[in-house]
Formats: sequence, C-alpha cells, structure tokens
Amino acid sequence: MKKYRKVIEKFIEGVLFSSSTITSLTVILIIVFLFREGIGLFHSSPIEKNFVISVSKQNPVQQLNANQVKAIFNQDITNWSAVGGANDSIILFTTNDITNYYSEEELGPNLENLPQKLNDFIVANPGAIMYVSGKNLPKGFNGHFIKIKDISVSDFIFGKYWYPTSDPIPSYGIWPMIIGTLLVTLGALLFAIPLGLATAIYMAEVADMRIRNLLKPVVELLAGIPSVVYGFFGLIVIVPLVQQMFNLVVGETVLAGSIVLGIMALPTIITITEDSLRTTPKSLKEASLALGATRWQTLVRVVIPYAKSGISTAIILGIGRAIGETMAVLMVTGNASNIPHSFLVPARTIPATIAAELGEASYGGMHFKALFALGIVLFLFTIIINFTVEFIKNKQRRT
Amino acid sequence: MTKKRLIQKIVFTTFGLISLMVVGILFAILGFIAIRGLHVVNWEFLTSMPEDGMTKGGIFPAIVGTGSLVLGSMVFAFPIGVLSGIYTHEYLKDSWFKRFIRMMTNNLSGIPSIVFGLFGMALFVNYLSFGDSILAGSLTLGLLTLPVVIRTTEEALKSVDDTLRMGSYALGATKLQTIRRVVLPVAYPNIITGLILSIGRVSGETAPILFTVAAYFLPKLPSSLSDQVMALPYHLYVLATSGTNMEQSRPMAYGTAFVLIAIVLIINTAASLLRRYLNKKVKMD
Repeated sequence: MKKYRKVIEKFIEGVLFSSSTITSLTVILIIVFLFREGIGLFHSSPIEKNFVISVSKQNPVQQLNANQVKAIFNQDITNWSAVGGANDSIILFTTNDITNYYSEEELGPNLENLPQKLNDFIVANPGAIMYVSGKNLPKGFNGHFIKIKDISVSDFIFGKYWYPTSDPIPSYGIWPMIIGTLLVTLGALLFAIPLGLATAIYMAEVADMRIRNLLKPVVELLAGIPSVVYGFFGLIVIVPLVQQMFNLVVGETVLAGSIVLGIMALPTIITITEDSLRTTPKSLKEASLALGATRWQTLVRVVIPYAKSGISTAIILGIGRAIGETMAVLMVTGNASNIPHSFLVPARTIPATIAAELGEASYGGMHFKALFALGIVLFLFTIIINFTVEFIKNKQRRT
Repeated sequence: MTKKRLIQKIVFTTFGLISLMVVGILFAILGFIAIRGLHVVNWEFLTSMPEDGMTKGGIFPAIVGTGSLVLGSMVFAFPIGVLSGIYTHEYLKDSWFKRFIRMMTNNLSGIPSIVFGLFGMALFVNYLSFGDSILAGSLTLGLLTLPVVIRTTEEALKSVDDTLRMGSYALGATKLQTIRRVVLPVAYPNIITGLILSIGRVSGETAPILFTVAAYFLPKLPSSLSDQVMALPYHLYVLATSGTNMEQSRPMAYGTAFVLIAIVLIINTAASLLRRYLNKKVKMD
C-alpha cells in the first residue's frame, strides 16, 4: 500500500515537472520557428523565386547590386556605362512588355512561342535588361543572368527603404521602423513615467486606505482594456485632437501613438512601482520621520532610493509593453514608411508592420521571410529588456 | 507652516491631482465608448449575423468565436499553468533550475503578442498543418496566457502560511497530501480569481489571432475545431479601419467596443466578488 502510494506521488511529481517545462520549451520553440522562417531572407537573392534578371551574352556586365538594379528599373540609370558596361542605352523589359514588340499571333494562342520570342528580343536588342520568369526562357538562350548581391544583415537593419513588393527588386530595410518604434516608445515614456510614478507614489505613500482601494481597480481596469479598444479610442478621439491642436494634414502621428501607448503603459509602471515602494521596511521610514524629516523628504531620501531597482524594473517593463504593442499603434500612427524626424509625422513600428503585412505576404516568399526576420528583431528587443530586468533583480538580491 | 511642509503639501497635492487624471483617463475612455455604444447594443445586436457589408445586423458570430477561443485556450492553459505553478513553488528548492524556469516564464510573458502570432502561424498553422483554425488560435492564446496563470498560482501559493505546511508534515502527511488537503484549499480562491482575470485578457487579444484563426467576415457559426471564426477584437479592428463602408459601420464598431469593455468590466467585477466570497468561506471552514 505504502509502495503504491509512493509510485503515485512520483508519477504526479513527474506530471507537475513536465508542465513546468512547457514555458521554457515554448521560448525555445519560438526562437527555433522565428529563425526557421526568417533566416532565409539573408544570403539569398532578393529577387522573387524563379525570376531572373538577364542581359545579352555580349553585355560585359556580370554583377549588379540591388540599388543599381533599382536605379536601372526606375530609369535613374539609363546607360550601361554607368554600371561598368559599354556606352549603350539601357532598354528595360519585363514579361508584360512582350506585346509591345510581338503581336498575339506571333506569340501563339497559348503563348507557346513566348520563350522563342524572348530570345529573339534579346538578340535584336543587345542593350536590353530583362526581368522575366526563368521558366519562360528557351534552351540556348542568348543571354546571361546578372548576379545580384545577397541581402546582408546590415542591409536589413540599416536599409532606409521598405518596399517589400516592388518589382523587380524589393527593398527590405527596416531602419525607419526601428526609429519609428523607438520614437513612439520614447514619447510614450515621456508621458507615462511622470504620471505613473506620481500615481504610484500617491497610492503607496500619500493616499489613505479608502482612496487606495478606489484607485487600485481603476489601474486594473486600465490594464484590462483590450489594446484594440485603445486603438479605436485613439483613432476616434486622440488622432483628430492631435490634428486640430497642431494644425496637421493628418492626425495619425508618432504623437498620437505615444499618447495611446503611454496610457497603455501606465498600469505596468504604476503597479510595479507601487509594489516596490511598499517593500521599504517600516523601520527605515520611521527612523527618518523620527529624525524630523517630513514625509516628502523621507520619500525622496529613503523610500525611493530603497525602491530604486523596483522602479527601474517598472520603467523597463513599461518600455517592453510599449515596444511590443501592436494593434493600438497600427491604428493610430499612420504607418508611413519614412524615417520620422519629429513627433508630428506618421511613422510605422515593427509590430504594426508585421500585423499589417503578414496577411498579404505569400507563404515562404521573400516578403514573408522579411516579416519573420522583423519578428526576430522584435524578439531580440524583448530579450534584451527581460535580461536587463533579470540583471537588476539579481543585483538587488546580492546587496 | 514651515517651508518644508509647504513643499510637501504642494508635491502631494500635485500627485493627488495626477492620480485623479489617471482616473479621468479611464472614465473618459469608458464613458466615450459607453455613450456611443450603449444604444447600439440590444438583444438583436448580440444574437444576429452581420449584414450589408457589416453596417447592419449584429456580432453574434464574433461573440461565439471569441467564446470558443477563450474556452479552447483555457482548457489548455489552466491545467498546465496551475500544475506548473504548483511544481515551481512547492517542489523546487531555490536552485539554478528554479531560477531558470522562472526566467523562462518571465521571458515568455515579455514576448509581444504579435510574436506569438508569428509563432502560432509558423508552428500550428503551417508546420503542424492545423490551418487557420480554432485549434491553432486557442493554442497560441493558451501559450500567451500560460505565464499569467503560472504567476497567479505561485502568488496564491506564496500567500499560504508555511506553518500550515509544517503542521501537516508533522502529522505525517506526504508532500502531495499536504498540497491537496492543506495548501490548495487555502490557496484556491486566489487561483480561481486569477484564472478568471486571465479570461478577460484572452478575450481582448487581437495580434495572436490575426494569422491563426480570425476571419474577416464569416457569417456562420463554427462546427469544429478546424474552422475559422470571427472574433470580437479583430471584428472591431476591421470595422474601425478597413470596413467597406466605414461611416455606416461606425455604430457597429462602437457597439463591438462596448461589448469588449463590458466583458472586461464584468470579468473584473465577478473576479473580485468571487475572491471576497471564497476567501470568507475558506476562513469560516
């Protein structure tokens, strides 16, 4: 009987143990899957799968970088000599242009002559650059493919342009979003830190029990309102307000995002700060008061220094909340892909970009991979934040 | 009054006013949505399908959708979360392993919800081929809530006096018996309220369901776990930003926002009432 019970206890302990490993497992799986889907962006050609950029065999140009290709197709570069070729003007060609050169009869009812005509075209136009599907090219095609430099991590992070669907070469530069995310977060903190700390101090040190019991549920409710409702409120109320106040063309700005995010970060900052203020031992406070200090002096000289690490944790977690917030920001910041230079212009953030674009990106394509790579960046941001908090906690434990 | 006292008075009054402002912000949001949304909400709104490009009719499928997602995620997150909380708090001694598990749980709770959305899409929708489905959405939401449930459980267990445990051991009870007969009966009111509060959070999440389950417009009820559903928060997002006729669907948006807020209000109130009631009962036993 006793042995039987022991086995049961061991079994249950095993079940409990396995449950407790799930969070760790999930974190690991998140890392694995983000990288699995996102890492493919790097060290692969930026052109969509199966498509090629080709020039005539006689053309000496072998390799171009993404910006050169873009400039060529935007007609900023119109002569081959600008990219190291002969002095010959560039003729742009994509598959859709074929009907400008050949009639439908020539191409055949099911475009069966398309490969042949593509070849004819490149033979007739040695200065052409073609962006076509590799499947449509015939055997013995009279051209060679241009090698295009792979996307590097630094192109991705520091690239200034995000045109994920532009042809022939999309741009996956996330610098505007990094700046956008940080700027919106900074604005939110400028708003949330003073308000949050003041409220927390009031709740912990000034207000009597009755008022505190009224404030507590208010903070809990602020934390409980869904982010999409904040976004909706921001869209209907704060965006027009910002627009009128600063006389702007559009109210969807960094500032609107910062205000909404600031409100959303308040509960985090208030709750954690209040808890940490409360951990100050009574004896310390009473000693200070007994020495003739006022409550305010005690607060500034004794309580806040004692709760310093808790307050920093509160602010950092507030940052974490603001950086990762998706829906509210998506609805109020305007999602322009320029680098924002002030609080009064539209901007887009990393999470908002993922939410807005993943639905349109085809599974496994470059755009899809780029959005997962954005997810990796966001994940790294939060990991840094979490480890900072962890570091502060450990330091506090040791002292 | 000395200068010191005057400064204190000014500072504390300012802090009081700022706190009042925070209260004001909450009531501004609640009031605004209640005033514009309340008259939209009636029985028909809650129980009929959306019509005419979502400018008329109701939000019934979104309510059912959110309901099924909440249920699905809770079935997954509650048992695992509570068991995990019990293990880390009652079994694990302060060791590197406990700190590691704590750290991972904290990490998980700090990960933005949109990253959960990406993860859910990559793992459940694509890799495990669940497709856009209640199953994929529920599992994603369940993982998102897990840290909350674990922390709630741990907090509840922490508040149980250690003398109770010691007393139980002294009477010869095993660890499991102590947890079942002594610790949990005292801790369960706080665990349950925590669980209820996490329902509120799950019902309002949008980003994790965007790519795992949520349907833009689907005026029918789900019949299995592999169906897509509409959901309240996503429905509000659609109505507010991308409806075909945004001006005319505005009342629908206010109504949906009101329902979402009402859910949070009801859940928070229910949780605190239940906590009070159960704690009283535990004390009387």
